[in-house]
Formats: sequence, C-alpha cells, structure tokens
Amino acid sequence: MKQNLEKRLWKWLEGEWEPLDYLSEPAEVRDSSRESLKEQKKHLRESIDRMEHTQAVVRAEQKGFYAFYTLTAVICCLVLIGVLLYSVANVSEYGVENPLTMEVVGRYVSRGLYETGAVNVVSGMILDYRAFDTLGESHVLFTALVCVLILLHRDRKNMLPGVEDYYTVSRENYYELSGDPILRTVGMVLLPCIFLYGIYVLLNGQNSPGGGFSGGTVMGSALIILSACVGFARTDRFFTRRMITLVIFVSLAFYSLAKGYVFFMGANGLENHIPKGVPGTILSGGLILPLNIAVGMVVACTMYGFYSLFKRGSIGEDGTSLD
Amino acid sequence: MEVIRNFPLFTIILSLFSGALCILLPGRTARKSALAVEGVLLLMAAAVLAGVLHAGEAFTYTMGEFPAPWGNEIRAGVLEALLAVSFLGILFCSVLAGHTFLEEDLDVSRIPLYYTLIHLLTAAMMSLIWTNDIFTGYVFLEIMTLTSCGILIVREIGRTTLAAVRYMILNLVGSGLFLLGVVLLYDLTGHLLMVPMRETIAVIAGNPASMRVLNMAVGILTIGLAIKSGLFPFHTWMPDTYGWATPTSASVLAALVSKTYIFLLVKIYFRAVGIPVLEQMHIRNVLFALGILGMIVGSVLAIRADNINRMVAYSSAAQIGYIYMGIGLGGPAGYVAALFHMLVHAVTKSQLFLTTPHLARVSGKSLKFKKLQGSGIRNVEAGIFFTFSALSMIGIPVFAGFASKLQFGLAAVRSGSSIRLVAVIIALALSSVLNASYFIRTIIRIYSAEDHAKRAHLVRKDRLPYMLPMLILAAFNLFLGLLSWVVIGWIEQGLAMFV
Repeated sequence: MKQNLEKRLWKWLEGEWEPLDYLSEPAEVRDSSRESLKEQKKHLRESIDRMEHTQAVVRAEQKGFYAFYTLTAVICCLVLIGVLLYSVANVSEYGVENPLTMEVVGRYVSRGLYETGAVNVVSGMILDYRAFDTLGESHVLFTALVCVLILLHRDRKNMLPGVEDYYTVSRENYYELSGDPILRTVGMVLLPCIFLYGIYVLLNGQNSPGGGFSGGTVMGSALIILSACVGFARTDRFFTRRMITLVIFVSLAFYSLAKGYVFFMGANGLENHIPKGVPGTILSGGLILPLNIAVGMVVACTMYGFYSLFKRGSIGEDGTSLD
Repeated sequence: MEVIRNFPLFTIILSLFSGALCILLPGRTARKSALAVEGVLLLMAAAVLAGVLHAGEAFTYTMGEFPAPWGNEIRAGVLEALLAVSFLGILFCSVLAGHTFLEEDLDVSRIPLYYTLIHLLTAAMMSLIWTNDIFTGYVFLEIMTLTSCGILIVREIGRTTLAAVRYMILNLVGSGLFLLGVVLLYDLTGHLLMVPMRETIAVIAGNPASMRVLNMAVGILTIGLAIKSGLFPFHTWMPDTYGWATPTSASVLAALVSKTYIFLLVKIYFRAVGIPVLEQMHIRNVLFALGILGMIVGSVLAIRADNINRMVAYSSAAQIGYIYMGIGLGGPAGYVAALFHMLVHAVTKSQLFLTTPHLARVSGKSLKFKKLQGSGIRNVEAGIFFTFSALSMIGIPVFAGFASKLQFGLAAVRSGSSIRLVAVIIALALSSVLNASYFIRTIIRIYSAEDHAKRAHLVRKDRLPYMLPMLILAAFNLFLGLLSWVVIGWIEQGLAMFV
C-alpha cells in the first residue's frame, strides 16, 4: 500500500494519473476491425468491468449523499425554525408602540401626505422617501426578463437538430389556443374590463392601494389573455421584440433619469420644480404618477414576455428568433 | 470637491441607464459601449478617491430631498472609493480580455444581453459599495444574484446550466437569510439607514431580550452573506460556477461578486451593528474557525482537482477562507488584512481565470492537466501571466500575495490571543505549502514538453486586447506587493472613517 501511494504520488506529479481518473476516464477508442475476435471480447469484458466498477462507486457515493442530504436539510430547517421562533418570542409585543423605533414610521404616517402629496402613504414611501430602493426593484424585473430571454430564447444554438422543422412547420396551430370559441368570446367580453381595471389601479396608485407593480401585473395578465384569445400571430403585429424592448428601455430610462434628477437636486439643496398637485386627484404626488406608469409598463411587458418565452421561446416575431 | 460629491450617484444612474440601453444595441456596439461606460465610471471613482483622500473625510449624499433617517442615502469614504476603483478596473480588464472567448461561447443574438447584464451587475456592485442603507443593500443584492446567475448560464453548455441551478439555489437561500436578518434588525431598531440603526442598537444593547434577537439577526445575516460569498461549508457551488463559466464571467464572479458581498458584511458590522456590540457576540469566533477550515479544505480539494479551472476555483474557496479568518481575528489589524486580501485576491484571481482559457485554447480546448502539458510553451504570453499570478497566489515576496499573508501574520500577533496566533501561523504555513504544491505542479506541467521547438505566441488579433488588460492587472499586482503600505494606509484611513 505504501509503495503504491508513493508510486501514485510520482505518477500524479508527472501528470500520468489523476485522483478522479476512475470516474472521468472514458474507455479508449480502438480500431476494432483490426483485432481478433478474442481480443475484442477481452476488451469488451474489460470495459464492462470498468463501467460496472464506476457505477458501483457512483451508486455508493449517491446513496451516502442522499442520506446525508436529507438529514442535513431536515436539521437545517429545524434549526432555522427554532431560531426564528426564538427571535419572535423575544421581539417587542405586537401593537405596543415603542417610542425608540417609531421615529421613521411616525414621520411617514404623520407628514407623508404633506411632504409627498400622495394620499396613499405606501406609494409616497416607496416612490418618494425611499425611491432609490424602488429604482433598484424595477431593474430586478428587467434583469429577470433578460435572464429568461437568455435561457429560453429559441435559436439554432439551443435547439435539437431536427426538432426545428417540427416547430416551424406546425407552429401555426401548435402554440395557439385561439381556435377555441368559448375562450375567444369570454376573453373578448372580459378583456376591456381587465385593461380598464389595470389602468385604474395604475393611475390611482398615489390615492388608493395599487400603483405600478400591481397595475402592471393586471395589465400584463390581460395581455396574456389577449394573446391566448386571438393568437400570437395577431399580437405579434404590434408586440414585436423590438417594441417590447423599446417600451422597457424608455420606461426604465425615464425612471432612472427622472429619479437621478430628483436625487441630484435634493442632495445639492436645489428646488426640483416638480408640482405636488392637489392631494386626492389623479394629478397629484409629484413624480409618483409618471413613475407608476413607467413601472407599470415594465411589469406588463415583463409578464407578457415571460409568458411568450415560456410558451414558444421568443418574444414576438422580428426575424431574430428563427432565421 | 463639490462636483465630486455627485459622482457616486452618477456611477449608479449611468450604469443602470446603459444597462437598459444595451438591450437595443447590436453586439459590437454593445461591447464598445460597455468598455466606454466602464472607463467613464473608473474615472469618476478615481476622482472620488482623490477627492476623499484630499479632504481627509468621508461624505454622505442624500438621495432626494429627505434627510437622513427618512430618505435613502449613499456614502463615500476612502475604503469605498478604493474598492470602487479597483473593482471597476478589474471589470474593465475582464471585459476587454474575455471578449474573444465570448464570441466563441455565445450565440450572436445573446451578446447585447450579456453586456446588459454586465452593466446591471456594475450598477449593483456600485450601489452595494456606496450604500449607507441596509435595505438598499438587499435590493441590489437581488440584482447581483440574478445578474451573476445570468452571466453564468449565458454559456449554454450543460455544465453551466447545472452550475447555475446550484448557484441560484444557494444564492437565494443566502438572500432569504439576509432579508430575514434585515427584517429582525428593522423590527428591533425601526431604522434601515446604517448610522441611526447603530445608534439605536447601542441604546438597546443593555436589554437582554433585545440582545438575544440581535444575536440571531446578525447571525442569520452573516450566514446569508457567507453562503453567497462561499465560506467553507458553503463552497460547494464554487468549482462548477467558476470552472465552466465563460472567462469574463468566471473572472467577474470570482474576483468581484463574492468580494462585494464580503465588503457589505464588513460595512454592516462597522456601520449598522457597531464593533463594540459585535464584540459581545460569538459570531467572530465562528467565522475565524470556518475561515481556517476553509483555507485547508479548499487547498486539499484544489490538489485533488483534475481540471485547471476547477483547481483555481477551489483555491478561491481557500482564499475566501483567508478573508473570513481576517474578519474573525478582529481588531483593526484583522479587518485591514482581510480587506487588503480582498483586493489581492480579486486582482490575482481575475488574472488566473483570464489566462487559463488561453492555455486551454492551445491544448485542444481542454482544461484537463494531461492535455495542458507544455501549453506554456505553446502560448508564451499566457504561460508567463499564469506563472506570474500563480507565484503571487502562493505568496512569493515582491508579489501581492506575500504582502497580504504578512498582514495576516501581523494581525494575529496584534490580536493578543496566543491561541489565535498559533492557529493563524499554523494555518498560514500549512495553506502556503498546499498552495505551493498545486500551483508549482501546474507551472511545471505547463512548461514540460518534449518538443521545445513548438514555441508560439498569441495570434495578432488577440494580442492587444489580451496583453493590455493583463499588463494592467500585473502592474496592479506589483503595486499591491511593493507599495502595500500605501494601500494599507488608505484602508486604515477608510476603516477609521467608518466609525
């Protein structure tokens, strides 16, 4: 054993042997036509032996791994539950006002309407007091869309050869539910209401619960229903990939530039000349309304983009998806 | 100085804007715009560094019209500016040096998307460096998580998808734990900005019930960030992630992303929790022990690796262990050593990850050691840079790695605890020997070939975009190694500004 170890060490240093060889090394490729039948049989036997050995090793490792994995997962969860319960048991009681921790919240509630012009304090908080965080949050969605686009966008590289024809030839009806008359009729009745509701939620974000994220989600789901009802062939006339990315770009660019302007003016002690409007009306809350619209556009486009990518592997036809 | 105060904001807004713009651009323009934007950001960060060094004090910048405890805030001190300059410089070099591989690894239609992600990652990195608000930290942590998974899966081979799934799951667990920690801290203090939070914590630290919650909150938050940066028991995502990503991504992930998380942790310790309160907890001891274990285990796993990129990735696990050991040592000297090692490791590791693909390219595109035999002769430039950064990694004097190991030793001497001193010295010695054994073996391997006549250089197309960033990184490495006292002085100054 000892000599074996020393030998292995030298072989390793010389690069002839690696510790994981038994797992990673495929059988040598031989020119079997030149070998005798006996030799071929011998080599076949050898490679089967090696394969069985590898399988046995892997299986043993897997078995240990699964047991270990389950056990550790259970222990981790129990520990985390314990930690959280322990912490919750020690935090101050719900509903009891602690003057020490009320400084920030107190000002948001008491002076939020005056300082931001928004009746809905939550909107005032996320889009005015803490607008920088929301600026990041709207880019999280954009990032997610880009990642899904990378993963699911179908092109020559991430498609199996031969499958391509199948998709292109039969795509007309393969992806469409639009032939269904029930879906179509009900959708046509419901869609205007859903769109209207989404726009209402979006535009009233500063006055009532709602705003860009929720309104955008409603509108995005309306777009999804629309494409299911009338088929991608018709939605693609307007919602091309170019169009969607352009809308997202304009919204995000407006968001970051407008907020950058406000941050810049605020930090340098300058007046930003954005009217606060009359609280309670649509045109109130300063930048909150336009920012809500921008966020809503991003969210709606992202929702539709996700659906379209998961369903058929592209957002809209623009010639880049499949030649 | 007045103009410079706006630059941190501009770096964030500019990179977010160009991220959204990049998705509309064709591939080549996207790359040029990425390089141009990185260059502008680098100049801005350098101006901030110069301004802060000149003024001798940090400044905070109100994001909007609402002052400190109510609105968001960012902050720039010497440490933030130093990290911003170094990280942006390394990012610039990675993008420039890795783009030839990008065009091989990616479909053309994905190249603008890749640079979009790089821009968003820059924005997240800048925000995490400049932030003075713990929840802003969480939001940009999310962007960082998503973009880092994105730049990993963009090379669509099976291994990266598998690696991305594992990386994503562990990363999201980390984000979730971080968020739970933030929620508990907010419940305790009612603040999200770091300085008011620290002041409130100093008040409530006398109350045993609050102290128990605080212990849990800081512990959860630390575990979250430790998972994301790959401390020892959570290092399992590293080899596949770093080993199979496209070279630019590997360099960015290994050098910048994990370091940004660690810097956020240090910032939270100093500015949101407060070192006196932290000293009452035992988190530091846990980090110290895990750091030392990580140093040893990472190196042993690196010796076992059969693939050069996986070896370098496991060595990253060991180096993250070094950084956490420094944090665990505590005291100003320990943090200085940890932060200095962050810079050293960032510059060295990015150079290694940008060099190994060139070695593989002349070895039949294989990263296996067997195939790499003699690759340093087949590609002279890549061989030289690999040897250079490997020597720095081992800790040979003159190179940056030596300076940081020296700092760890000094920090251990100054920590005043003999057990820690002995543990650090033994761990440093053992880990250096292990480091040397696998790096020197690799150097021997890439220079041993029967046929020396096959000496070759880079093709002309690759020469400038490869040599320029490599020379910048090498110069930065030597700067850190030879003039370490300058950088260490800045780090000490920056840490003093933190309090």
